[in-house]
Amino acid sequence: MSAVTLPAAAPPLRLGVVRWIGFKTIVIREYGRIIRIWGQTIVPPVVTATLYFVIFGSLIGRRVGAMDGFDYLQYIAPGLIMMQVITNSYGNVVASFFGAKFGKHVEEMLVSPLPSWVIVAGYAAGGVVRGLLVGAAVTVVSLFFAHLHVQHLAVIIAAVLLTSLIFALGGFLNALFAKNFDQVNWIPTFVLTPLTYFGGVFYSISLLPEWARRVSFANPILHMVNAFRYGFLGTSDVNLGVAFALMVLAAVALFATAVMLLERGAGIRD
Amino acid sequence: MNALSVRGLTKTYANGVEALKGVDLDVEQGDFFALLGPNGAGKTTLIGIITSLVNKSGGEARVFGYDIDRELEAAKSCIGIVPQEINFNMWESPFTIVVNQAGFYGIERKVARLRAEKYLKQLQLWDKRGGMSRGLSGGMKRRLMIARALMHEPRLLILDEPTAGVDIEIRRSMWDFLREINASGTTIILTTHYLEEAETLCRNIAIINGGRIVERDRMSSLLRRLHVETFVLNLRDPLAAAPALPGYVTRLVDDRTLEVEVSKDETLNDIFARLTALGIEVLSMRNKVNRLEEIFMRLVEGRGAEERGAAFEPVAAAAPGPLAAGARR
Repeated sequence: MSAVTLPAAAPPLRLGVVRWIGFKTIVIREYGRIIRIWGQTIVPPVVTATLYFVIFGSLIGRRVGAMDGFDYLQYIAPGLIMMQVITNSYGNVVASFFGAKFGKHVEEMLVSPLPSWVIVAGYAAGGVVRGLLVGAAVTVVSLFFAHLHVQHLAVIIAAVLLTSLIFALGGFLNALFAKNFDQVNWIPTFVLTPLTYFGGVFYSISLLPEWARRVSFANPILHMVNAFRYGFLGTSDVNLGVAFALMVLAAVALFATAVMLLERGAGIRD
Repeated sequence: MNALSVRGLTKTYANGVEALKGVDLDVEQGDFFALLGPNGAGKTTLIGIITSLVNKSGGEARVFGYDIDRELEAAKSCIGIVPQEINFNMWESPFTIVVNQAGFYGIERKVARLRAEKYLKQLQLWDKRGGMSRGLSGGMKRRLMIARALMHEPRLLILDEPTAGVDIEIRRSMWDFLREINASGTTIILTTHYLEEAETLCRNIAIINGGRIVERDRMSSLLRRLHVETFVLNLRDPLAAAPALPGYVTRLVDDRTLEVEVSKDETLNDIFARLTALGIEVLSMRNKVNRLEEIFMRLVEGRGAEERGAAFEPVAAAAPGPLAAGARR
């Protein structure tokens, strides 16, 4: 071990630069993780989506007929894409941050000068990256089964980004509170999956009785899926303005909650 | 300027355990400082608060003048920490780990890559830079954590038992490396259970026990305050009983091993002269325990005041060196 030369006095701290580079580092690290374990992060959702397209689309879908005036495969494709975006944005952050907690390497960031909001933003951006990568892959797969026409590109981009962000932040909160691997799986299994299946991925809520339609409006995923579907098909079961307002509110509220809890050290500091 | 200044620091955990009960501590810039204490004394809690891994209950702490309550980011940017437990991602490569760590401190990747090469080479990890870190040996993992802590070239390096489980050869090369880092201007705070390590490396020392600093002095002053040392003599010929040496306490451990307690006012020449007069030949001699270990044990085992008075001078009676005086403020 040979000689070292370290400065006796540190240069003045440029907080903006530190935060930006720190944010980029978290995102690069998350991207590296997604790519390093692509067999766990990219392939399974693509396989699952393909199975949905084959079974619900090609086999059963033919007998279902048109939905809201569209071919059934065309109708469910945006929902299936969104379903994978939701699951993977959430799953990426919950697994990565809980893994960092469990392996204690979250301390690498906690001892650094990065403020809590940069750490939350970095992880959330990592979740969005995974959501978009998987969403793009599933979209490519869907093109083998259905003709997708882009009606409103800005709506598609806004809906997928906001949805991905919301669930990435949800995954962060789950990871903060989780004390073991079972608790990492509770929310996806008992909350996300039912909400997604009842969120208008496979059907239009116009098929439901009045009471069920009213209940469905309380499901946030219904608004996300329909906003996204509107971008492709130009049709939606929900008011687009309400859908985007809900998404923005949810993203802001979840971000603020995650930052506040991390700042307090909930689930990570004694 | 003090690298670290702590006043009235307290920590009570949710389960009611009072880990720190009002700690006051100053570490001067450029110091190589030992923070010693038995398990559960509060060392790791104190370090945790300074590095913001543990929320404090009360008191204040400043790092190079930056208050950790009001200027946390500036304070944290001054600190490099080598924790007691391995805490890097085992699935990442050493190169990725250290480059990312630099990024968390706002260092551009281009610069970080150059530093990674420098520190991984200096810590003899360059050949291992690309593989998964889980494949590293225990000593390599410890060195990787040192390299990681140095990536942002901190002004204060805190090492929490950095050589635990490391073999002697590597430990000694790590000592040389740490001396060089300290000589280049970095303040080092070291906690260790190897008291020889603290005695060899550190100029100043604090001993924490039961959540309180029970001793704070220059290492040399502290060692001088040890009034009695026990020497172990290996004898050429067996003895049936311990020889009577008036003025000395002797004890026969086995027929060829004799322990003699010597106060700091007495000379070894006198003992050897008396043993020679009795026809007892000594083959070799060693201290029974390391001197710092002796002091440490007397302090943390809570021996009675009388016994301490006989063998060890407590801080109130110590020669008031500048640091000892500062510690008593």
